[in-house]
Amino acid sequence: MDYSYVFLILLLPALTFLLLGLAGMKMSHKVAGLIGTCSLAIVTALSYYTAFEYFLVQGRDASTGLYPTVTVFNFTWIKFSELLTFNIGFRISTISAMMLIVISTVSLMVHIYSFGYMHGEKGFQRYYAFLNLFTMSMLGLVVATNIFQMYLFWELVGVSSYLLIGFYYPKHSAVAASKKAFIVTRFADMFFLIGILFYSFYAGTFNYDMSLMTPEQLHTLHAAGWVLPMSLFFMFIGGAGKSAMFPLHIWLPDAMEGPTPVSALIHAATMVVAGVYLVASLFPLFIEFAPNALHWIAYIAAFTAFYAAAVACCQSDIKRVLAFSTISQIGFMLVALGVCMPDPETNVVAKTTVEYADMNGLGYMAGMFHLFTHAMFKGCLFLCAGCIIEAVGSNEKFYMGNLRKYMPITHIAFLICCLAISGIFPLSGFFSKDEILVACYNFHPAMGMIMSGIACMTAFYMFRLYYVIFWGQGYYETHINDGAKKPHEAPACMTIPLIILSLITVLCGWIPFGHFISANGLSFDTHVNWTVAITSSVLAIAAIGVATFMYSGKTTPVADYLAKKFPRLHEAAFRRFYLDEVWMFVTHKIIFRCVSTPIAWFDRHVVDGFMNFIAWCTQSSAESIRGFQSGQVQQYAIWFLTGSVALTLMLLCIF
Amino acid sequence: MIPVEYYFVLSALLFFVGVFGFFTRRNLIAMLISIELILNAVDINFAAFNRCLFPDQMEGFFFTLFEIGVSAAETAVAIAIIINVYRNLHSTQVNRIEDLKY
Repeated sequence: MDYSYVFLILLLPALTFLLLGLAGMKMSHKVAGLIGTCSLAIVTALSYYTAFEYFLVQGRDASTGLYPTVTVFNFTWIKFSELLTFNIGFRISTISAMMLIVISTVSLMVHIYSFGYMHGEKGFQRYYAFLNLFTMSMLGLVVATNIFQMYLFWELVGVSSYLLIGFYYPKHSAVAASKKAFIVTRFADMFFLIGILFYSFYAGTFNYDMSLMTPEQLHTLHAAGWVLPMSLFFMFIGGAGKSAMFPLHIWLPDAMEGPTPVSALIHAATMVVAGVYLVASLFPLFIEFAPNALHWIAYIAAFTAFYAAAVACCQSDIKRVLAFSTISQIGFMLVALGVCMPDPETNVVAKTTVEYADMNGLGYMAGMFHLFTHAMFKGCLFLCAGCIIEAVGSNEKFYMGNLRKYMPITHIAFLICCLAISGIFPLSGFFSKDEILVACYNFHPAMGMIMSGIACMTAFYMFRLYYVIFWGQGYYETHINDGAKKPHEAPACMTIPLIILSLITVLCGWIPFGHFISANGLSFDTHVNWTVAITSSVLAIAAIGVATFMYSGKTTPVADYLAKKFPRLHEAAFRRFYLDEVWMFVTHKIIFRCVSTPIAWFDRHVVDGFMNFIAWCTQSSAESIRGFQSGQVQQYAIWFLTGSVALTLMLLCIF
Repeated sequence: MIPVEYYFVLSALLFFVGVFGFFTRRNLIAMLISIELILNAVDINFAAFNRCLFPDQMEGFFFTLFEIGVSAAETAVAIAIIINVYRNLHSTQVNRIEDLKY
């Protein structure tokens, strides 16, 4: 197959970023937006074409029954040693082809949507330039041929996320949020880098695809002992920072300060799942060398999913609810990856048996499937939230209520996505969540029950959100005399992406995902496990029923009563269980005061003092001789004559 | 015949008059004239040494001729520089030309 055109997928957004970033101020808003969107449309078309060629035209290798991993190009950028080179390249595997579709679809929808949402904003061109930068970095991340390239683009997505969160930079909270996001993720990335360094030191390569390693490299990997699991876990910490796993999740809710389409693209659909993608890329390594680390990932992710779901039940800012819901759903994906187990007989990924893909390796496919479906419905939910915020002019649920009459399209799209995320048949969330739960029950019944419980909480808080926005007491009706403006449906360029994404949400559950992506690459038929499916559906419907009972009326007596009955719990959940305060305490009181202050004193007085002393010496000696350079020609000539006479006299004395 | 020491005394006087003029005069043209005096002192030395030490040979005279040619060229360049300095600063006072130190 000829994939030589794929370099355009990375080059076009990069060029668009440069064009809009450098010349954007000379363009009108419309031209800049059109350039950005058109370039993204081409990238989307190319991504779809690539995925189509890869999955359907090229197809599986006849002898192995796997989709071959295609390295389209891979050139050496920096050469460290004979073995260790840093390459930049483009590799298509099953998961990266899937990610190409996810990223380009959501990004294109966000580009179109932003026409309406960002209409008339100052810095419109800058916004589109950053969107293109982000898309380029994210695409570069998923097609990385080695872990170092992934790290490079990993940092680039971090930077573009920082730039976009701080888009409204005159606003103090936005600046603080962008700094927080950048510092927290950078802190996690430090572990990622340490993991990469350990890994490459022992493996002698940055390559992470075991099928492309030489036998010597595999041998050194086996000889690395406990270092390899440790380095893999360090890499996961980097992923946990980006994917907002407990306790590094604190940046994501604050990141909602950015424009809402950015939240949809970066903080719901693509960048925050980079950690999931990272673990999926390293999956064979994890299974073979560190299955226990993988299970620890599952425990952390399960706790995060529970914590975030609990917090989401009590938030009043609708974007915060969605942010915690995202954290919770990413927890689901990582749980799915984490509950995968090696084949009991061979202790590795069983490459040849289809049963492995359907049993111990099911979580891999389930996690990727959920990543795909979640990107679509969560992106759509955020875009709906953007329409609502635009209509009522606030993020707070207090200003909403009873909006279904005013915003019918947004209402329907929001409802579809809420049903999907709750796991209601036949929407896409049902299928992916069902596979995750089956994988969890296969790992351990307790894990399965916990995750079922969290899925039930998901349905509850999503429908709580749905009811407080679209039902109940309307702010507009009660404040019509105080000059509340009438909510209105968003323009077409904002509703069309909603319609497209909710259509995908409705339909994409029927994609036979197991035919394309599985733990060992073999095709298998996913089948619905009826026990799990029925229990989780019943739980979800029950949770929706409870939410309907508590929040659909004009007043919410039950919810108010519960909040009064458990004021401590409610307050704690509302304040995110004080995790931000704990981090503040750790950083300010312990790290800043006990570590940073003495270091700063040493730097200021000892290091700087030494440097100042050297500077003082130079300066004072220069001061004393600067009179020589007066600019007076005759003075120079006198010095010259004196010198030459002195030299002559000296020579006369010597000889 | 005039004793050779007379030439040396003359040339030494001429040389130090030139050096003194070069250091004390503030006018660029006057400094240029002083340089010419120094060069002429050297010329006299060349000619005198040639005449009394190696009367059969001509190197000293030729050096003198070369020197006259070189000093003519040097004067032409110096005058060109001085004219440009005057155009820019409206002055040929050497103590006002100190901008180049910056």
